[in-house]
Amino acid sequence: MADTSTHEQFDPLATGGMRRRITSKGIVYGALSVFALIYIAPLLIILLNTLRPLEDIVRTGFIALPDAETMTLRYWGEAWGSFCIGGTCEGVSRFYKNSLLMTIPATILSTMIGLLNGYILSKWRFRYDGLIFGLITLGVFMPQQMTLLPWAFVLGKLGLSNTIAGLVFVHTVQGISFTTLFCRNYFVSIPDDLIKAARIDGAGFWRIFRRIILPLSPPIVIVTVIWQFTGIWNEFLFGTVFTSGGNQPITSAIVAFSGSGTGERHYNIEAAAVIMAALPPLFIYIAGGKYFVRGLTQGAVK
Amino acid sequence: MQAHTPNSQTSQASLGQRLANLTPQMVLAPTIFLAFAYVVGFSIWTIWISLSTSTLLPDPTYQGFEEYAKLWGSKRWTVAYQNLFVFGALYVVGSLAAGTVLAVLIDQRVKFEAVWRTIYLYPLAISFIVTGTVWRWIFHPNTGVERALHDMGWLAAKFDWITDRDLALYVVVITGMWHASGFAMALILAGLRSVDGDLVKAAQIDGASMPRIYRKVVLPTIWPIFIAVTVVLLQFAIKTYDLVVALTQGGPGVATTVPAIVVYDLMFQRGQIAQGAAAAVMILVALAFVLVPYALWSAWQSRKEGARHG
Repeated sequence: MADTSTHEQFDPLATGGMRRRITSKGIVYGALSVFALIYIAPLLIILLNTLRPLEDIVRTGFIALPDAETMTLRYWGEAWGSFCIGGTCEGVSRFYKNSLLMTIPATILSTMIGLLNGYILSKWRFRYDGLIFGLITLGVFMPQQMTLLPWAFVLGKLGLSNTIAGLVFVHTVQGISFTTLFCRNYFVSIPDDLIKAARIDGAGFWRIFRRIILPLSPPIVIVTVIWQFTGIWNEFLFGTVFTSGGNQPITSAIVAFSGSGTGERHYNIEAAAVIMAALPPLFIYIAGGKYFVRGLTQGAVK
Repeated sequence: MQAHTPNSQTSQASLGQRLANLTPQMVLAPTIFLAFAYVVGFSIWTIWISLSTSTLLPDPTYQGFEEYAKLWGSKRWTVAYQNLFVFGALYVVGSLAAGTVLAVLIDQRVKFEAVWRTIYLYPLAISFIVTGTVWRWIFHPNTGVERALHDMGWLAAKFDWITDRDLALYVVVITGMWHASGFAMALILAGLRSVDGDLVKAAQIDGASMPRIYRKVVLPTIWPIFIAVTVVLLQFAIKTYDLVVALTQGGPGVATTVPAIVVYDLMFQRGQIAQGAAAAVMILVALAFVLVPYALWSAWQSRKEGARHG
């Protein structure tokens, strides 16, 4: 019998003759290329403008090729180290550091807690476990706007207002909902007999976690880390509301300099800063590849 | 089936054993506390503020639904809500349509499939702030397409949607579609791959053309995926905030204001936190309108599924 790979064998273009086949293939690749251009062009244009002198950009706008003679990388340096944002001229480096200091701990913490929670909620039974899982899942859908005032109060009480630690806390709590959901749905597919056998052998809670669950979890850890890292790095509202000045993450810094309509614009430097802000999640996306898509489908369909 | 911690067995067990049996609950306890505080506590808190006379600071005096009435009486909010409907509808339909076209194209056994997929999906990895800033430069008449057309000698060229009150919202729609259509593509493509090849073969034997097979056979069989994508995209639309801030800041005027922007302004710019909380609650209500029917429908579907398999 045909297996599930029958889809591979069916050739949608095999219905016509040779010529029709070539033209329809041509149409497919043509359409794919046009779309590809639409997706790549905007970021590529901005990337090229990081190399152009300001006079050039002011004269011709963004949509033009850089001139080989005046092309320079120095705007990247200025964007990183000496560009003035909100009165201080230290470039985006400090905001970049803030983003890293916020994103990395929050990603690690929420992933670790999510692993434990997922293990408990998929492999241990106790009263109200379904209800508890439902409650945690609801956190995924909470609009940020509903949490702004309570968070502001809680962070104030904890003495974490306007600190990176406060943002780490907020993102960890918010992230636990996602990571628990991901991990629980992944661990459900681990056979319960495996756990049962381990228990009969006298293995306890932590031992089962270390010996059975953890060795099986790299795929879901990768998915969760990618999802959390890109999500927290790209987040804007919490960063803007709960921190100010030099404690803001990179997304807030970009809005701070590109949103203010006053003064002379430094398009080339701003473009370099914008590209820098896009690089970490882009890198993760390209390195993570199929895991990114997997997280997407899991996060969406559930 | 599941590993158990039955209480009956532990009755003769030592205290240490009993404690060991409680480990899962104890490890989960902090999360339960946080999730309860976050989901239930924060919601009640914000709802309570929305019903109070709070202005710059929380003030526990109850005043009922007054702030909701004021909110719905303000033009800014009604414009924001209308924008949400227009934007949401066009953004969801547009992203679904573009995503379907892309998925069907990639499904034609093309070479370098992973490369095409990577290209269409990458906008989802970058932030709304970066996306909005990039597209603002491209849409703005001083720096973007209009400027380039002038430079090419077409001096009468005009492309100033982003500064046009009537058209600026469509700039947000186009940018949103650019960001999300790859997501629709990824899910729809996964759906297409799950369609039974025999079904397609049978249609081919009947002499149906490929576009017709997709329209009549393949796409209709994956309709649950379209519903799932629609629900997720509607959620994105209702929560839209950063994209608009970076792209148009809600302007020109209030032309592209969305509910989330009104919430921020009321809470942190105008010191009217009660009304801001009321607006936040309205966002929650909008989400519930999308998610509750979907959750009920999914539950009903899986029950039906379960019944079928016995």
